[in-house]
Amino acid sequence: MASLTLRNVRKRYEAAEVIHGVDLDIEDGEFVVFVGPSGCGKSTLLRMIAGLEEISDGSVSIGETEVNEVAASKRGVAMVFQTYALYPHMTVYKNMAFGLKQAKTPADEIDRRVRAAADILQITDYLDRSPRHLSGGQRQRVAIGRAIVRDPKVFLFDEPLSNLDAALRVQTRLEIARLHERLKTTMIYVTHDQVEAMTLADKIVVLRDGVIEQVGSPIALYEKPQNAFVAQFIGSPKMNFFAASDLSKKAAKVLKTDLTDDMQIGLRPEHMQVCKAADAVVTGTLELVENLGEVALVHLITDTGASFIAKTEKPPKEAKGEAISFTIAPELAHYFDKDSGQRLEG
Amino acid sequence: MAAIGSRSKLGDILWPVVAWTVALIFFFPIFWMVFTSFKTDADAVKPEFLFFFTPTLENYLNMTENYDYWRFAINSVITASFATIFALAVGVPAAYAMAFNPTKRTKDVLVWMLSTKMLPAAAVLYPMTYLTKNFLNIFDTHFLVILVLCLINLPIVIWMLFTYFKEIPKEIIEAGQMDGVNTWGEIKDILLPLAWGGLASTALLCFIFCWNEAYWTVRLTTTEAATLSKLIEGNRAPEGLFFGRLSAVSTAAVGPIVVLGWFCQKQLVQGLTFGAVK
Repeated sequence: MASLTLRNVRKRYEAAEVIHGVDLDIEDGEFVVFVGPSGCGKSTLLRMIAGLEEISDGSVSIGETEVNEVAASKRGVAMVFQTYALYPHMTVYKNMAFGLKQAKTPADEIDRRVRAAADILQITDYLDRSPRHLSGGQRQRVAIGRAIVRDPKVFLFDEPLSNLDAALRVQTRLEIARLHERLKTTMIYVTHDQVEAMTLADKIVVLRDGVIEQVGSPIALYEKPQNAFVAQFIGSPKMNFFAASDLSKKAAKVLKTDLTDDMQIGLRPEHMQVCKAADAVVTGTLELVENLGEVALVHLITDTGASFIAKTEKPPKEAKGEAISFTIAPELAHYFDKDSGQRLEG
Repeated sequence: MAAIGSRSKLGDILWPVVAWTVALIFFFPIFWMVFTSFKTDADAVKPEFLFFFTPTLENYLNMTENYDYWRFAINSVITASFATIFALAVGVPAAYAMAFNPTKRTKDVLVWMLSTKMLPAAAVLYPMTYLTKNFLNIFDTHFLVILVLCLINLPIVIWMLFTYFKEIPKEIIEAGQMDGVNTWGEIKDILLPLAWGGLASTALLCFIFCWNEAYWTVRLTTTEAATLSKLIEGNRAPEGLFFGRLSAVSTAAVGPIVVLGWFCQKQLVQGLTFGAVK
């Protein structure tokens, strides 16, 4: 178990810099999720921590030790790959034992640890099988088992669920959460899926273009996104953005804020409530309704041409082409600078 | 509507006929060679004995008694084997480096290697002969034949291995790094077991190319290191056209490699299609 510290970490390929000076503190035992769109550098950052990518500048420390120049296998980290990356020519048992064998662990100790890990992951029955004969979910468990037997200080997961089907993804997500509960080891988890991030993380790190946009607990990111990018990235469906001109004349009064033209107003679909036209913050023409049963996603467009989505408990009575008005509780509205995208405290 | 995949009746008849015709055309010289090898030199040139003749083993007996077939055969085995081993010993690390740690210039290096195959061998005949004979003093030695066979096949060996190694997911190698294997362990414990099929077909193809090589083995040897190619060559020119004997020598020279190829058909097909067929 260990904490992890990143100081001004940079990654350059030739002349192009892809990670632009990342500072991050990860507490001992914390479950941290790196999230961001593809190409944001989250995997690269993870691989730098793992020791699979060189660190161009800055320092990565595990516990008190700087590990920049330490080989991947000596860092006390274990990685679970998206493609599982099991050794196809070895049985499940040998896959899990391979790392310990490299470290010259005594055979009885290897056996004890492999069986203990297999027990946790319920793969004892498959130990003699080859990975070829396992399903995707089982393979991913073996990959996790291979990480567990090494008893690492930090677990690294690189999009471990993206190759699984939807049902299995939810189940495996739960298992990873339970595993963290049980082992209480520091875990770093990379995903582009904000639901995985929200459900698993103690702390979410949102990355974009090699820069950390915000670090915080899932709820903090949801309630107080520092900028428009984070606001849109966390939450589903995405937060709606409006210019002041898209809103009704009464909006400023309802929201108890001075609305200006250099401002973006962010309203989450789930916070919008149908109201009388006279009290509207925003009014839109109904375009499409997606009825999910428990809720309905109502797609609308304002007179000024801004599309937005509202999440309502029941599908609206209005027909396509008719206008619907919405209001929102003033404390649930978000304000961002139009140019910089930074949060405005209003 | 003519469904895709259901061929016409005509095609059902036509294609096998075409295939057999092509196969027979390709096979005919070999058939003729084997056939002729059982004729006496006198019978071999007579048209009336083309298909009907009294078979004889004279040519084969002659060959082992008078021409020292086994010495040539052993030379072929030695040179082709060692050339293949050395080519793999150099080729595996080279292909490994280029497949898993590519740089901007990896593609250029690969193309450059292949480009060496484009140089006409005859262009360097004189320097090669002069240097090995008068300067390095290695003319007509096993060492020279092995070296030359190894070098001329190295580009193909590296290309093939590179293609096979490329098919191995990089993550598996990285998982190995996380598990703490060193470079040699990566090659021994992960790469070679995974690329075993590719390695076998590469070795086989390299061996066959070495065995069949004639340009250099004929010109850079006289007796000591002469291979079966040289034996065939030697039976052609000096005493006129002894077709029966020449055919027997040729049959005995290509026989082993044809049998080897027959037994390893699967690997060969895989090797020749560069791993495209799985």
